[in-house]
Amino acid sequence: MRYQLIGVNHKSAPLEVRERLAISEKNLPDCCRDLTAHPGIEEGMIISTCNRVEVITHTSNGCADLRGFLHDHFHLTAAELDSHLYEFREKEAVRHIFRVASSLDSMVVGEAQILGQVKEAYATARAVGSVRGQLDQLFTRAFAVAKRVRTETAVGSSSVSIASVAVELAKKIFGTLQGKNVFIVGAGKMSELAARHLMAHGCASIFVANRTYGRAIGLAQRFNGQAIKFEDLYNACDKADIVITSTGAPHAIFRKEHGEQFLSRRKNKPMFFIDIAVPRDVSPEMAKLDGIFAYDIDDLQQAVSSHVADRRHEAELAEAIITSEVERFEARLHTLDVVPTIVSLQDHLETIRQAEIDRVRGRMGHLTPEQEMAVEALTRGIINKVMHTPITTLKTAARDSEATTVIDVVRRLFNLHDKEKGPASQANREASSKKEVGSGH
Amino acid sequence: MSLLWLRFALACYFIGLTYAFFALTRTSDLFSRIALHAASLGMVFHFVSLVELFLAGHVVWASVHNGESLLAFFSMTFFMIIYSIYQTTSPGVVVFPIVFFLTFVAAIDEQPVLLTGFVQHKGWLIAHIILIFTGYAALVLSFGASLLYLLQERRLKAKKPSSLISFLPALEVIDQIGYRSLLLGFPFMTLGLITGSVVAMSTYGHIDFADPKILLSILMWLVYMIMVFTRWNSGWRGRRAAVLATCAFVAAVVAWAANYFSTIHRFVAS
Repeated sequence: MRYQLIGVNHKSAPLEVRERLAISEKNLPDCCRDLTAHPGIEEGMIISTCNRVEVITHTSNGCADLRGFLHDHFHLTAAELDSHLYEFREKEAVRHIFRVASSLDSMVVGEAQILGQVKEAYATARAVGSVRGQLDQLFTRAFAVAKRVRTETAVGSSSVSIASVAVELAKKIFGTLQGKNVFIVGAGKMSELAARHLMAHGCASIFVANRTYGRAIGLAQRFNGQAIKFEDLYNACDKADIVITSTGAPHAIFRKEHGEQFLSRRKNKPMFFIDIAVPRDVSPEMAKLDGIFAYDIDDLQQAVSSHVADRRHEAELAEAIITSEVERFEARLHTLDVVPTIVSLQDHLETIRQAEIDRVRGRMGHLTPEQEMAVEALTRGIINKVMHTPITTLKTAARDSEATTVIDVVRRLFNLHDKEKGPASQANREASSKKEVGSGH
Repeated sequence: MSLLWLRFALACYFIGLTYAFFALTRTSDLFSRIALHAASLGMVFHFVSLVELFLAGHVVWASVHNGESLLAFFSMTFFMIIYSIYQTTSPGVVVFPIVFFLTFVAAIDEQPVLLTGFVQHKGWLIAHIILIFTGYAALVLSFGASLLYLLQERRLKAKKPSSLISFLPALEVIDQIGYRSLLLGFPFMTLGLITGSVVAMSTYGHIDFADPKILLSILMWLVYMIMVFTRWNSGWRGRRAAVLATCAFVAAVVAWAANYFSTIHRFVAS
């Protein structure tokens, strides 16, 4: 297991550093090729998201100069970069990858996006051929671990971005969002995102009001909605069940009297205001009215972080899963290490058996099919009994991380140096390897 | 025998009661499913108990305990209807304790008191009792829903999404449960009072409006009507609706208690 990982994330490096390391989707394939061209690197892959840039490799000797690669590739000096870097090797690198894929290392623990990003990075690296056997095994396992964490813990159970918290709150008020109307006041990016989320959950129609009417029309067209002139805002707003407001107004644009008007026209049906403007668009007095539910950006962020707190306990469960999975993965790799030796041993003894049968066949004269079968069974039985202890010892040693020593001893005892390269043994090894992998689970 | 079945029902409702207390502190799908099954089983026993009573052939229906038993059964029926529509057991938090209490009182002993005087109008009397109790059951549900609405509204206003009472359904769902119960219950209550008047008229030849039972029943009906009207006309919800629902509920309880003071609608020892 010669995995090596280096990188920066939201905890180790400020945004300015991460920005300089960020790799665009377009440049990622070239970057992967550069990585595998670097001395000592057999396989390599790069994950680049807004919160992290990580280089994961499988190296020939377990100590490739990954810092050197980063310095060269990004034209950064050691002084600029090194204090922000973290580096993991072998088991710890595996653990880190499992944690990243399972979203335990994310800024918002449990968010689902990271798994998709890792999968994309993996697909890109695989397409350019920089990921093969070793990293392939690692990431295939990492995806399975991420799935297990998601199924067995509640770490990813509730959505957390502000837009999805807004949707969740709207559902707490209205139950279903089917048929609800959304009003966007102030055509900003954030409100557009929230509106998109709400529409995706079944909201019926969208109204958009903006001081610049043209922008309102543009946004409304994107959602097949209706643009409203800003001066008609108070007349039209009561049609909406959910109002997303993000104007740059210096004072609240929705005050108590407006709220009372809306409620009276709506026969007191509740309204949900998502106020993402700073300073706020909804006055605190209006928010106190029965039937008006107003959440400002701080409230939404608090809701997001309360989700994070809820998840802490689940994250602990997830960490336990990761630890057991790392152990399993390691054991499986060690088992794979001993597979060629087991196959060689089997080949070696089988050759001896065949040779011995051929040698004595002449002396035994003609044998009936029954006698042939009896000889086969006898010799096979002896070989199997002889092999049983060394194979068991090898498998046990693999689990105890003593594989290298035991492999050496067995190879020397049975003189197995050159025998594993033949085509028959190759096929045998593959079959046996499959069997080992199967039994490793 | 009827009492035995009722006691079986009570045992099942006890699980519902436990769920009601449990649900206030934490959510458990498993427990809510258990409570639901227990309550359904309880309803079966309860139904058998009521059928046995009916087959007994007396007008024992009109006793206090049987009235309580009937009200408990109708409340559970409403709860189940709501569950089948909204797939939520949370009204159980209010309904289960009330049902348990009513069934418990009804299951303590044999019928000690009977309503007198109406034996010759059995059909009208039974119609009156069933209609009135359906109305009462709807009122119980509506009262429960308005309390849950207040709780959920508080919770959303407090902006603490992960507080203890997270089992509550969405505000609008609770609102619909309350409103639909109210709408459904009102005609039953009205018809129940009308059939009651018919029974009283044919028995006594007149209706004594000074009788506390009659007065309080009319008061309860008025509060009920105001609730339906304000809700329909101006969509009163939340605090105001909860205050009205509480008034109607209190009026209903007082109207029930008036059975002990009324001269014409009285329970006496059997």
